[in-house]
Amino acid sequence: MALESLHGVERYQHKWNEVQEEAALPEIGNFTNQYQLMMPPLPKAECQVGEYLVDETGRKMKLNYAHGTTTLGFKFKGGAVLAVDSRATSGQYIGSGNVRKIIEISPYLLGTMAGGAADCTYWNRVLAKQCRIYELRNRERISVAAASKLLANMVYQYKGYGLSMGVMVAGWDKKGAGLYYVDSDGNRMPGNVFSVGSGSLYAYGVLDSGYRWDMTDEEAYELGRRAIYHATHRDAYSGGIVRVYHIKEGGWVRISEQDSKDLHYAYAEGKTTTQ
Amino acid sequence: MAASSYDRAITVFSPDGHLFQVEYAQEAVKKVVGVKGKDVVVLCVEKKSVPKLQEERTVRKICLLDDHVLMAFAGLTADARILVNRARVECQSHKLTVEDPVTLEYITRFIATLKQRYTQSNGRRPFGTSCLIAGFDMDGTPHLYLTDPSGTYTEWQANATGRSAKTVREFLEKHYSDEAVSTEEGAIKLVVKALLEVVQSGAKNVEVAIMRPNQPMRMLDIDSLEKIVGEIEKEKEEEAEKKKQKK
Repeated sequence: MALESLHGVERYQHKWNEVQEEAALPEIGNFTNQYQLMMPPLPKAECQVGEYLVDETGRKMKLNYAHGTTTLGFKFKGGAVLAVDSRATSGQYIGSGNVRKIIEISPYLLGTMAGGAADCTYWNRVLAKQCRIYELRNRERISVAAASKLLANMVYQYKGYGLSMGVMVAGWDKKGAGLYYVDSDGNRMPGNVFSVGSGSLYAYGVLDSGYRWDMTDEEAYELGRRAIYHATHRDAYSGGIVRVYHIKEGGWVRISEQDSKDLHYAYAEGKTTTQ
Repeated sequence: MAASSYDRAITVFSPDGHLFQVEYAQEAVKKVVGVKGKDVVVLCVEKKSVPKLQEERTVRKICLLDDHVLMAFAGLTADARILVNRARVECQSHKLTVEDPVTLEYITRFIATLKQRYTQSNGRRPFGTSCLIAGFDMDGTPHLYLTDPSGTYTEWQANATGRSAKTVREFLEKHYSDEAVSTEEGAIKLVVKALLEVVQSGAKNVEVAIMRPNQPMRMLDIDSLEKIVGEIEKEKEEEAEKKKQKK
């Protein structure tokens, strides 16, 4: 103790404690509080991450935030339909051909993913937690308007810090089917037809020409499927499996998951037979 | 309740599990009565006699928390003012984040949670008010809730709070029925009758507020009040005569 330190004797225990401290995990704020994210070590003015990165030669690197994906959603007489592709790209590299871009927030609420996959997944899961707490506290399901507003407010606090997400929150509540578009700029819009992502231009073409409010369920699924397929055909950043979900009174239902390659040959056959 | 050494600090329990400060706070409240009808809610408070030079309008014991929520309180007016302000802000906050007006249960829970916080922190005393919160949810169902200084809340079809609340509650239990309150006039009469059991008779001593679904709150003017009080007096006399005749 005191005598030892006076004589400069280091006990073996000291070193053992040091090793322990190094191996200990750093305090990860967002395990206990999901809103406490680690900030990049930059002053806020320079926090636009996309503008700050430089490569080895000092040239500024432009991060592609074009949301390489195609997702779409629309409301119609039978509820709401969401359709998505499943390709994840980082630059020109296809990271995965099998990503689940529809996130199941609750049995009657769905969220789509476009932009940064980590951002979308993380904030949709925090939203799921908040929706469940709301349900327990108020003994009734949260409305789609309220859920989308919670997400928009959560994300608005990080405006300018480099979050990238463009999601659609869709679900069923007392007012019927609900569809909102929420993004990391702080936009939140209700609407009947949305498409988000680099392939959205192609999807809108097919969607807008085929959309009617009083479609049957089958027509609606086929419209969503076709729109995503055409986007995967022309957009390099979209592809993989085309997933279709339907939201109706009892909640959401998974309708189909088909490879866009198979859809291509099926539609091609349809074209050759009519010739 | 013997004044024991356990009643000094608010955050100390007594050996038999009482928080004496909270119970003392409940003694501070005066009389309020509320009744929930089929599609109407009525709140009635005792109006203290006002000195001649005082402006009557500055003493308001029934307040509007939002278009569809009414609150009457009994107890310390200053404490109630703080609660009303916080509740009004919360009603708007809720509308902003959830895009729906508050349900009665939600705003009652908010007020009750606020009151409870002051029973569990040091250096502060509890709110000396009991609140009757009445109104209609978005789907048109009427609700009537009571909160007390300890922070508990309960739902009622008809209730009274304050000194001599027991007498009024017994009267309500005897005379409350679904048919009696199925009309607006029936509900108002029941409430005024109940309060007049313990308050000096006279239209000047009571204040009545009525709310119907999707309509603004209405305070009964002095003429209608006098008419109702007159009817009640007449009925009482008739009943007294009947009893005399039977004997």
